[in-house]
Formats: sequence, structure tokens, C-alpha cells
Amino acid sequence: MNTPAYPAHRPDQGKVAPRPLGSLHRGFAGHVHHISPHHETGALPPEELERRLIELGFVEGARVRILHEGLFGRDPIAVQVNGATVALRRREAMAILVS
Amino acid sequence: MNQPAPRPRFAIAGPPNCGKTALFNALTGSRQKVANYSGVTVERKTGIARLASGAEINLVDLPGTHSLRARSPDEEVTRDVILGRRAGEPTPDLLIAVVDASSPKTGLRLAMELVTVGLPMIVVFNMIDIARHRGIEIDTAAMQDKLGVPVVTANSVRKSGLDALLAQLQATLDEGVPPAGENLWSPPSATDLRQSHREADRLIASAIALPPEPDTLTHRIDKVLLHPVLGLVCLLVILFLMFQAVFSWAQPAMDLIDAAFAALGQAISTHLPDGILRSFLLDAVIAGVGGVIIFLPQILVLFLFILLLEDLGYMARAAFLMDRIMGGAGLHGRAFIPLLSSFACAVPGIMSARVIENRRDRLTTILVAPLMTCSARIPVYTLIIAAFIPARPVLGVLNLQGLVMFVLYVAGIASALAVSFAAKMLVWRHTPSPPFMLDLPDYKMPRVKSVAIGLWQRARAFLRRAGTTIFAMTVLIWVLATLPGAPPGATEPAIYYSFAAWLGHLIEPVLAPIGFNWQISLALIPGMAAREIAVSGLATVYAVGGDGANLGSVLAHHWSLATALSLLVWYIFAPQCISTLAVIRRETGGQRWMWATFAYMFALAWIGSFLIYNGAVAMGWG
Repeated sequence: MNTPAYPAHRPDQGKVAPRPLGSLHRGFAGHVHHISPHHETGALPPEELERRLIELGFVEGARVRILHEGLFGRDPIAVQVNGATVALRRREAMAILVS
Repeated sequence: MNQPAPRPRFAIAGPPNCGKTALFNALTGSRQKVANYSGVTVERKTGIARLASGAEINLVDLPGTHSLRARSPDEEVTRDVILGRRAGEPTPDLLIAVVDASSPKTGLRLAMELVTVGLPMIVVFNMIDIARHRGIEIDTAAMQDKLGVPVVTANSVRKSGLDALLAQLQATLDEGVPPAGENLWSPPSATDLRQSHREADRLIASAIALPPEPDTLTHRIDKVLLHPVLGLVCLLVILFLMFQAVFSWAQPAMDLIDAAFAALGQAISTHLPDGILRSFLLDAVIAGVGGVIIFLPQILVLFLFILLLEDLGYMARAAFLMDRIMGGAGLHGRAFIPLLSSFACAVPGIMSARVIENRRDRLTTILVAPLMTCSARIPVYTLIIAAFIPARPVLGVLNLQGLVMFVLYVAGIASALAVSFAAKMLVWRHTPSPPFMLDLPDYKMPRVKSVAIGLWQRARAFLRRAGTTIFAMTVLIWVLATLPGAPPGATEPAIYYSFAAWLGHLIEPVLAPIGFNWQISLALIPGMAAREIAVSGLATVYAVGGDGANLGSVLAHHWSLATALSLLVWYIFAPQCISTLAVIRRETGGQRWMWATFAYMFALAWIGSFLIYNGAVAMGWG
């Protein structure tokens, strides 16, 4: 359980394609690559979702780590963003691309 | 310094959980007033801070907000007051921006945004004691230099913790509050927000010394409390303890209140002659208002738990754990707490729905909160179960009476989930479900003083309501049940000749298909003030003493089992509580949702009772 499901990447390791945070699992650690909201990623208009995610601290380059997952469907997730811990659903987290 | 000139108005702004309200409480003490902003159900907290010189300041505690980009009604109020857009609210003369020193980024970003509004400002790094304990040091001089406004640190627990802030307030008053500068604020774009994040990071790097090792206690606790399985187990244990406490700790206090009102009633019966005044005091004041005040201990125990868990930082975790489970039924994770409170009484439950940001989620929660089995239904349930359900063992270990009680509770919860699911499908079909995003703050020890103030405010609000709305309703019902009085030579109790009896006969045709006779119909009318009053209503109608067992045997004699079951089902749903309807009206800001709740609950109650009654008659229990 303690081994991260995916190896941690630094942002300069650009070879690995960024993956949506919403598809990753507990233990993942990495950096925010960019925010890419689509209509499908949530109920909010993409522009608003982007702003809210930024307000939660998901800015490019921020260190992120998935700390906890819910019991059902591993949803929602608790993510450490730089110093703070935030909770969000996987649906919205799909807009956060991490590497 | 004591001038007759109007007191300057300073507003306190900050993100949620930054200790803003504790700071407000420490500055104003008991000199505060809680009301609502007109037209919205957002609490407007004002108070007077008195400085050592005797000068006074009007303080407004604005609802917590992350930014001026308001999303919830609370945040809109904060934005509008700060920007001077709220009609009837003068723009504050100065802003006190509160930053949680132990995790400064959110508050600092808000403070930086507030600087652009141009109002004079003081930035307070609050909870500095906790921050220092964690190894965080704030260079106030550097911070002041970068922000361009005075910066102080504070700690609202100790009296001396406010010295720097009070000195700064005094200095500001002595120099005269400067006029507001130009307002340069505009709604930020995603690019602006990124920019502000970088600036905040630069500011933190230059003026705040963070510990090399971040606080790990919260993470260690969360390993258990947010564990997918253990976390839910812990939540259930906490809930179990809370229920235990609500029903057992409150009991002695409730018995005491009950005894006090009984003694008062006794004193009135012995000292006052039988007549209209005695009847008014006994049947309206003591039975009605006393019957509601008796729930105060339960409400306080419940709120003690809620306030403690909130201050501890656990509530956000409970929302996290419950989000998916409740989400299936169209409820937000945060709806968990209001629904929980509704087991004591729907009124505080509905009031605590304010913690839910999104209007859609809040309305759904308010809509279903009255379906949770509140403690006022317990007397009705016990009376009917004791009279009609035999105490027979079921499957060896369970008792049939206990099982029926359990089924009634489960039916309440299941119907609440079903109704919110139906609302999601019917009312909110075109509104996409709002996102669930929230901060999980670091755990903090609750402060005794702020919990005590919170409890006191809850108690005061409840007692005020009991003294006004509920009292007025009780008086009205008493008038209906008493007047015009029995004609000379009457053979039946006076209530048979009252307006209430007339009303009972009037609504009887509506309730006859579900097995209610006119006596039940009549008892339901006083039950509008508080559900359990229906018990005393039945007692009055059947002209026996209020003794439950005695009344039970009378009912068993008069009613069929089908009627009894029908009445039980009726009480799962019945919207018979004026206080709940009144609080729905206030919290939703209009009559529409109040009538919607009344209508759907009445429909559910009638249909449910109709099915049960006719089913039972078909079984031969008619």
C-alpha cells in the first residue's frame, strides 16, 4: 500500500505525457502540468472550473499528491497541493493534468 | 475620546476557518447582535469593540469567503458589502483582513485582493500561537512593506493576544481613518488568478519563515479518519456517541424542565379558579411552549457536538466520507450534518443547512430534513405502538414493538433519500450537479470560549422562537379549541362545541379514506404547534387524563389496528409542525418552498396512510 502506484515525475521530465489527476490513485505524487477543462469534465462551464481549480491551488508546477480515496468508486479524492489539503471529486480532477 | 459622532464602521473579512469569528467574539465580547441580511438568510453579525481609550467601533463580521469572486449567497453578501453594492449597508470605513497564520496562503491571497478595493485596511495574522507552535514565523515589518498596509499578529484565546491589534486600531482612530482610495478591483480571469498565486508565493517566501518539516499530525490522524473503511467506521462511532448523548445526557435536564413545568401547572391549578385564565395558562402556555422548550437540552447537546467537530476541522472530513454515499441520492456531502441535526428537531437542522454553499443543494436538504424522525414524533409513536403493537418476540431476539419503532425511523430516512432523488430527477433535471470541492483544514483544538458563545447563540435563537412564533401559534390553537365554549346543559366536553371541533368535522371527509375519525382530525389541529401535542389533543378529546397507558387502552378500544397503523404512517411524513414550516420559509427566503414542502409531505402522508389503511382493512384488521 505504501509504494506509489505510479513513479513520481518532475516537471522537467517532459517525456511522459501528462495524465489527468482524476484517473490516478492513492500515493501518486507529481506536479500540475496544466489545467484543461472540458464540458464533459464537470457541471461548471470550463472557464469557471479552471478558475475554481486554480483557487484551490492547482496552478502549473504545484506539487500534488493523492493522500486519500473514498470507499465507493475511490471517489472523492483528498489531494495535497503544496502545503494544503483539498477534497474534490474525480470528475473535476480529470481537468487537472499532472506529470 | 467619547464623542457623540457616529462610530466608525470596520468590517472583518477572511476565508472560512481562519478564526475570524473567534477574533470578532474576542473584540466585541457580549456586545454583539445577530440578525439576517435583508432578503437573504445570511447571518449579519455586528458588535461594538471598545478600545482602552473608551473609543468605540462598530464591527461587522462578514461571512467567510475565499475571494471576492463570490459563489454562495454568503460570499455574495461579503463581496457586496465590501464593494459598497449592498443597498442599506454603508461601505465599511476600514477592512480588517484576517489570515490564518498557520496556513497563510488562502488568507493572504484574499488580503491581496482586498487591497485592490482601495479601502483602508489592517491585515491580522490570526492564531499566531498555533503558527509559532508549528515553527512558522511571520516577519510583520517585511509583510507590511510588501502589502502597503499595517500588519499585526493576533491570538484570540489570550487577552494579551489582541494587544497589537487594539493598539493598531487605536492608532488608526487617533490619526483619523483615511479616506478610501480608488477601487481597482475587477473579476479576475484565470490568468489573473495564476498571477495572484505566484505573487502570494513570492510574498510568503520573502516574509514568512516556514518550518523545514510541515506539520504531520494532521496527516497521521487523517490516515485513520479518512481511511476508506476505518474512516467510515470512526464516523459511525462518532454518530453513535452523538445520538447516545442526545438521548441520554439530555434526559436529566429534560426531566427537570418537565418537572418544573408540571410544578408550575400544579401551582396554577391550585391557586387559580377553574376558568378561562387557568385554561389559557395550562393548555396554551405550559402545554404549548413548555412542550417545545423541553427539547432545548437535546438541541444543545447536539449543537455541542456539531460545534466541537466543526472547530476541530472534522466536518469537512465527514462531508468527504459521506459525499459519494449521499451523492447517489442527489444530496451534497455537506448535507450530512443538517440531516443529522434533524433527528433532534428539524428546525436547527434546517438552520444548519446554511453551511451548504450551493443553493440547489441547500434547498434539497431543507426539503427533506423534516422527514428525519425528530424527537417530537417519539411520544406519538410510543403511545400508538404501546397501545396496538403486542410486545411479542420476533426471530427470538427482537421485540416487535422495538422493531416497529426501528422501521419508522428507517422509513423516514429512506423517504428522505427517495424525495431528494426525485427532486434531482424532476426539479433539478436541467441544473447540473454542482461540484464538491473543499479545503480539508489542519486539525485544531476547539476553543472553549467560541464553542460556548456558539451554544449560547443557538439557545437564545431557539428560546426566542419558542417565545414568539410558537407561542403565538399555541394561543391561536387554544382559542380555536376553547371558544365558543359549551352551551348550557352540554353533555360532552367543551371541546366538542369549539371551533376546533367544527374544523375537525370539516376536514374529516378528507381524512376519512385513510381511517381517521373526527377526533383524530381534531387532535391533528393542536398537533400543528408541535407534533407531540397531538397526544394531549387526543387525551382531551377522549376526555381522559394525560396518562399515556390509560389513554392507550381507550384508543385500543376506540380504534381499529388499521387506523392506528395509518396514523403511524401519517406521522412519518405529516408536515404538522408550524415551526418547521416557518423556519423553511425564513431560510429559503419566501413562501414557495414552504408550500412545496407542505404539499409534498401532505401528499406522501395521505397516500402512505391510504395504502396502509386499505391494506390493513383487506388483511381483516379494519
